[in-house]
Amino acid sequence: MFDLQTYHKAGSVEEAIALLAANPDSRLLAGGTDILIKLRHGKSGFAELIDIHGLAELRSIRKDAEENILIGSGTTFTDIIESKLLQRSIPMLCDAAQSVGGPQIRNMATIGGNICNGVTSADSAPGLFGLNALLQIHGPDGLREVPVAEFYLGPGKVDLRRGDVLVAFKITPENYAGSFGYYYKYAMRDAMDIATIGCAVSLKTAASKVSDYRIAFGVAGPTPIRCPKTEQAVLGRELSAELFDCIAEVVIGDVNPRTSWRAAKDFRLNIIQELAKRATHKALQRALHPAGQKEGETI
Amino acid sequence: MTGQNDNGFTRIQCTVNGVPRSLFIDVRKSLLELLRQDLGLTGTKEGCGVGECGACSVLVDEVLVDSCIYLAVWVDGKAIRTVEGEARDGRLSPVQQAYVEEGAVQCGFCTPGFIMASTSFVEKHQGQEVSADQIRKGHAGNLCRCTGYQNILKAVEKSLKP
Ligand SMILES: Cc1cc2nc3c(=O)[nH]c(=O)nc-3n(C[C@H](O)[C@H](O)[C@H](O)COP(=O)(O)OP(=O)(O)OC[C@H]3O[C@@H](n4cnc5c(N)ncnc54)[C@H](O)[C@@H]3O)c2cc1C
Ligand code: FES
Ligand code: FES
Repeated sequence: MFDLQTYHKAGSVEEAIALLAANPDSRLLAGGTDILIKLRHGKSGFAELIDIHGLAELRSIRKDAEENILIGSGTTFTDIIESKLLQRSIPMLCDAAQSVGGPQIRNMATIGGNICNGVTSADSAPGLFGLNALLQIHGPDGLREVPVAEFYLGPGKVDLRRGDVLVAFKITPENYAGSFGYYYKYAMRDAMDIATIGCAVSLKTAASKVSDYRIAFGVAGPTPIRCPKTEQAVLGRELSAELFDCIAEVVIGDVNPRTSWRAAKDFRLNIIQELAKRATHKALQRALHPAGQKEGETI
Repeated sequence: MTGQNDNGFTRIQCTVNGVPRSLFIDVRKSLLELLRQDLGLTGTKEGCGVGECGACSVLVDEVLVDSCIYLAVWVDGKAIRTVEGEARDGRLSPVQQAYVEEGAVQCGFCTPGFIMASTSFVEKHQGQEVSADQIRKGHAGNLCRCTGYQNILKAVEKSLKP
């Protein structure tokens, strides 16, 4: 049995906010693939739960009248993989969802839980960083929107205040329309393993030049990060072999990985350089051969 | 144990292998505990207890989940399928039959979970062209320490044939 002290089922977001306010030591429970594991391992701080599992109002992927794409926080990774809208508009997020755990985990784990737990290895984070995703957070004082990069305050620390519920991720059209992206995960095993390094690239091309370039990493620092120096160096450059050399050289100045039992710092730096090139290459393939055409061709 | 419930217990309705059930359950229980302890359905196994091995896999409203990290209260209003319900009228399901024919079972501990994972995979991909890699990916949440997976792969390939 899970060692729960209190358990409340919230029937709506509004009710969840009220329950959080009334139970100061409680936490939200969504897919439970983090929380229930922590409870099993006897970690403290997870015994008072407010259950938002399966709340319909948090589980949708849609486009609004202003062409923003809205992904509910309770959307599972399987929902993301199967979403026609995301396959068409932001396949990079489908890549990331595919790379998570195994089928059972993808069926349960939510994108909201993935970001709210604040870990640097969250596979959905680099893509959301590259998309400048806005987090819509409902709290006792109403709705606020927080850019994903500002949401991470430190390892395991996010900008959630008492009574806050993350409701959705908003991706505005200037951040996805005409962009092509790719998420590349490197892990010791091909499945059921957390990232040694994860890299998302999102770019636009115009007249054989890179006209927009964003690159973000997981596990390349204490939180997921964007790489401003690399982005600056790549912007406006010709599509050529030198482009990849430039990326590999500059990206080192943007990252700060550490040694852990999983991998040494030097090894991670090597992987960062390689993934930066490969993710860029894959994103360019998508840009130059949009859906329907064969992948795997060189540019 | 507090909450909006009866001393930590709550009533749920669900169907288990097609049979409607009304159950009064401890909200701290996992679905795995509900199945094994309350319902005596011990076909579903506990390996790791933390979502890594898939021995506890069942279908909830046709969705494959690890029942060890699934709260029992979440099945309220839903239909559960476990390995006990797969054979009909004394006949194994096509997936089970394929496992037998391909020798995909050794000690058998992982088998109930694998059968449910394969059943979910086969029902999702019926009539589609499926690669060996897709089958492997579709079973990445299940571990087997005996068979080396090759015969499991063959059994799934066989089950996909009409
Ligand atoms: C076997 C296994 C493999 C895994 N593999 C991967 C992997 O490959 N990649 C990866 O990134 N992760 C992996 N994970 C970790 C985990 O599955 C993910 O981080 C998942 O996305 C967490 O989502 P959840 O809904 O299950 O979170 P929960 O456990 O329900 O919650 C996680 C945290 O987020 C908070 N929270 C949840 N929803 C909200 C909300 N709407 N508003 C505010 N706070 C909220 C909770 O209070 C809690 O602190 C794995 C886990 C397991 C058990
Ligand atoms: S016992 Fe549930 S996944 Fe291992
Ligand atoms: S047959 Fe023994 S663990 Fe799979």
